[in-house]
Amino acid sequence: MAEFTLPKNSRVIEGKKWPKPEGASNTKAFKIYRWSPDSGENPRVDTYYLDLDDCGPMVLDALIKIKNDVDPTLTFRRSCREGVCGSCAMNIDGTNTLACTKYIADAKGDVRVYPLPHQSVIKDLVPDQTHFFAQYRQIEPWLKTDSQPPERERLQSPEDRAKMDGMWECVLCACCSTSCPSYWWNEDRYLGPAILLQAYRWLADSRDEATGDRLDQLEDPFRLYRCHTIMNCTRTCPKSLNPARAIAEIKKMMVERRV
Amino acid sequence: MNMRTPLSRARGLGSAKTGTDHWWAQRLTALALVPLTIWFVVSMILVTSADHAAAVDFISSPINSILLILLVIATFHHGQLGLQVVIEDYIHLKWLEVSLIIAVKGAAVFLGVASVYAVIAIALT
Repeated sequence: MAEFTLPKNSRVIEGKKWPKPEGASNTKAFKIYRWSPDSGENPRVDTYYLDLDDCGPMVLDALIKIKNDVDPTLTFRRSCREGVCGSCAMNIDGTNTLACTKYIADAKGDVRVYPLPHQSVIKDLVPDQTHFFAQYRQIEPWLKTDSQPPERERLQSPEDRAKMDGMWECVLCACCSTSCPSYWWNEDRYLGPAILLQAYRWLADSRDEATGDRLDQLEDPFRLYRCHTIMNCTRTCPKSLNPARAIAEIKKMMVERRV
Repeated sequence: MNMRTPLSRARGLGSAKTGTDHWWAQRLTALALVPLTIWFVVSMILVTSADHAAAVDFISSPINSILLILLVIATFHHGQLGLQVVIEDYIHLKWLEVSLIIAVKGAAVFLGVASVYAVIAIALT
C-alpha cells in the first residue's frame, strides 16, 4: 500500500533560534532543516539571521556565511557556486533548485531551506544519491558504436548537433527527479526525468549506433511509462531545461519503431 | 541486509520489453472516446422525452447499436488501462497490486460483455 503513516523521526520539530547579528538593519531569517544520524533526535528547523548588507546575493552565499561565521556544523554539498556542477541542489522556498543560482531576494519572507524531497537524508541538506547515480549508470551514458572507429573525430552535422541542445546542459542535480510524484512513489523502478533526459541525449546523438538497444532497455511499464506528464520536472529545472519533452520524444520513438 | 550493489538494484529484473502497447492503446481509446461520447450524449439528450418503444427503436438501428457497442468497448478498455496505472503507481504490496489489477480487468471484461450482450439482445428482438 501507499504509506500513510510516516516512519519514526519523520516529524520535524522547531529547532534552535540563533541570535541576530548585532547592529544590522537589513536582516533576513533562514529556516534550515537539520538532522544528524548521530544524535538519534528528530529532524529540526533551525533559524539563522543574517545581515544581508554583509552577505553575497545567493542562497549558497548565505549558507556558506552561516557555516563560516555562525554554525560550522551545518552540512551541505557545494562546489562550483555558478550552476554548472549540480552539487548544491536543495529545496528552497518550496521549490527544488540550485542554492548557488537562487537569489535570496527572490524568497518571499523567511528563506526556507530543506533537502531534496523524498530522498534519504545523510545529514542536514545532503541527500543520498546512490540510487540516482546507479540509475544513470544503468542507461550506459556513453557513446556506443560497432563501426570501425574513424581515423579522426566522429563527424556530426550542425543540424544533428543541434538536436542535443537542451540536454547536454543538464548537470544531473536531481532537482527534477525529486520533484516528480511518480519518482517519489516508484523510484526503485522508474528512472525519473533526469535520467530519462540523459537517456534521450544518447538516443538523439547521431553518432551513437545503439539506439535500438537503448530503446529496448527503456521499453518497460515502470522505467519509462511511470511518466504521466505531471510537468513538475520542467517547472523546477534550475537550468530551464525540458525533461518532459525529452520523455515525450522517447515515447514517440517507441511508437515510431512499431508503426 | 541488502548487500546487492547499487547498479544491481537499479537494473532489477531488467526491462519488461513491454509498455508501449499499453500506453498507445490508452491514447487511441481516448481519441476514439471523444466522438463516441459526444454522439452518445447528444443522442441521449434527443431521446430524453421519448417512451420505451422509441428507446428500443433507437438501439435497434444498426448504426446506433454498432456505435453503442464501440462506445462500451472503448470505455471499458480505456478504464481498465487507466485503473491499472493508478494501482501500479500507488499500491506497493505486490500480492495486493496483482490481485487488484486482475479484479479490475475481470470486472471490465464482465461489465463490457454484459453491456454488449444487452445492446445485441435489444437490437435483435
